[in-house]
Amino acid sequence: MMSLGSKFAEIQAGIDALRALGRNPFDIRFEKILSPTEALLDGRPVLLFGTNNYLGLTFDAACIAESARALHEAGTGTTGSRIANGTYSDHALLERRIAQFYDKRAAMIFTTGYQANLGLISTLAGREDHLLIDADCHASIYDASRLGAAEVIRFRHNDPDDLARRLRRLEGRPGDRIVVTEGIYSMLGDTAPLREIAAVKRELGACLIVDEAHSLGILGERGRGLCEAAGVEADVDFVVGTFSKSLGAIGGFAASDLPGFELLRVVCRPFMFTASLPPAVVASVNASLERIARDPSLGRRVLENARRLYFGLTAAGFQVGPEPNPIVAVKMPDRETAVRFWNRLIEEGLYVNLALPPATPASLSLIRSSVSAAHEEAQIDRAVSIMTAVGHELHVLERRASAAALPAT
Amino acid sequence: MTYNGDTIEAEIVKMLTGRIPAGVQVTGETRIVDGLGLDSVAVLDFIMDLEDHFDISIPLDRIAQVQTVTELSGAIGTLVSARG
Repeated sequence: MMSLGSKFAEIQAGIDALRALGRNPFDIRFEKILSPTEALLDGRPVLLFGTNNYLGLTFDAACIAESARALHEAGTGTTGSRIANGTYSDHALLERRIAQFYDKRAAMIFTTGYQANLGLISTLAGREDHLLIDADCHASIYDASRLGAAEVIRFRHNDPDDLARRLRRLEGRPGDRIVVTEGIYSMLGDTAPLREIAAVKRELGACLIVDEAHSLGILGERGRGLCEAAGVEADVDFVVGTFSKSLGAIGGFAASDLPGFELLRVVCRPFMFTASLPPAVVASVNASLERIARDPSLGRRVLENARRLYFGLTAAGFQVGPEPNPIVAVKMPDRETAVRFWNRLIEEGLYVNLALPPATPASLSLIRSSVSAAHEEAQIDRAVSIMTAVGHELHVLERRASAAALPAT
Repeated sequence: MTYNGDTIEAEIVKMLTGRIPAGVQVTGETRIVDGLGLDSVAVLDFIMDLEDHFDISIPLDRIAQVQTVTELSGAIGTLVSARG
């Protein structure tokens, strides 16, 4: 009989090492979600700062009402894929709304954000093509690159010169060049230098895909993400995103002006061979998308809140990511301290994400928090104060202070 | 500069110095994923330095086929020759 214990012995050892220091971070069980910013964990209330619920729309009354309407009208599920079981009117409405929101000719929705990347990228990346992905891209982009038939090359994170070098190395070889970047990167909250990347794309010729999973509804005047904020929307061939973060539900999408985009519906396997989104989810996304298109104030609020947390933690002496965005990552001196820190935060009533190598760039151990428009200032201040107290208790801040006091070499 | 299998392997070993934990001995037979004391992303980042050094891009599927330092050196050699 197959032994899962020996097949995954190393993984088990890793989990055991984490357990020796406290909770299993892969198995956090909330008894109750009270609001976008609070939950019950182990019978005690915790502040939620690790949800990616950027606009706090999971409990929005209009989204819930629309979702309930669709649930009663169209049932609990579609019980199959769009190509087999057909498209419901709300699926079609959502695709039109996304295309409209991005001012693109067409859009396609997927059952998850993961599948949107998996489907779009693996389908575009054919034999003889070349897929160039930013080194810090999300796992869904790496997995897409394994599913596709193209040759896959990593370029240095946020380094347009490195991308240009790698595109030049391909000169004379047949096939399309497909470049993939993200808007805001999920671990450190840094943004891509999209203007420079778009310039490289124009100069050397490539198709550009930008994943706005963490920037939809947050960046840009109309909330379209980094492409809008950087003024490069015309250079971006495909925008990909998710409904599971700022839109408060689940699902993913791709939008494009490229003629023939509709053909993807019959060649893209992660679209074709999985059940489509259930009516209640589609309806709540329709409502939340309508809300952010009408009211950009939520995006402004989450950025204000992000700055409050980011600069609060910086002032306390923590080393954070390079930009004040809704993902605020605090660098820990080592893995064990990160695990202890994360456990202590939960004990003090603060839930954040523990991010450890190899899931992080540059082998960093991170305490990763995400900020919501629904956070009140007092909650953010409480989060800073809990993190500061734990930072002193575990000597993270003292170590930082003494490192900063060392003369520059 | 012209390279052959031995010089490429020597360059790899030289470039690993200071990047891997003290006490890890590297030979041609050392496995790059679990023999260097580096996590999988750190291995990929090291390979980027090799790509810069040799002015090549090593596709991910090619990296996935490589297990030892000698095999990595062979893959680099093939790409360097193809570059001309």
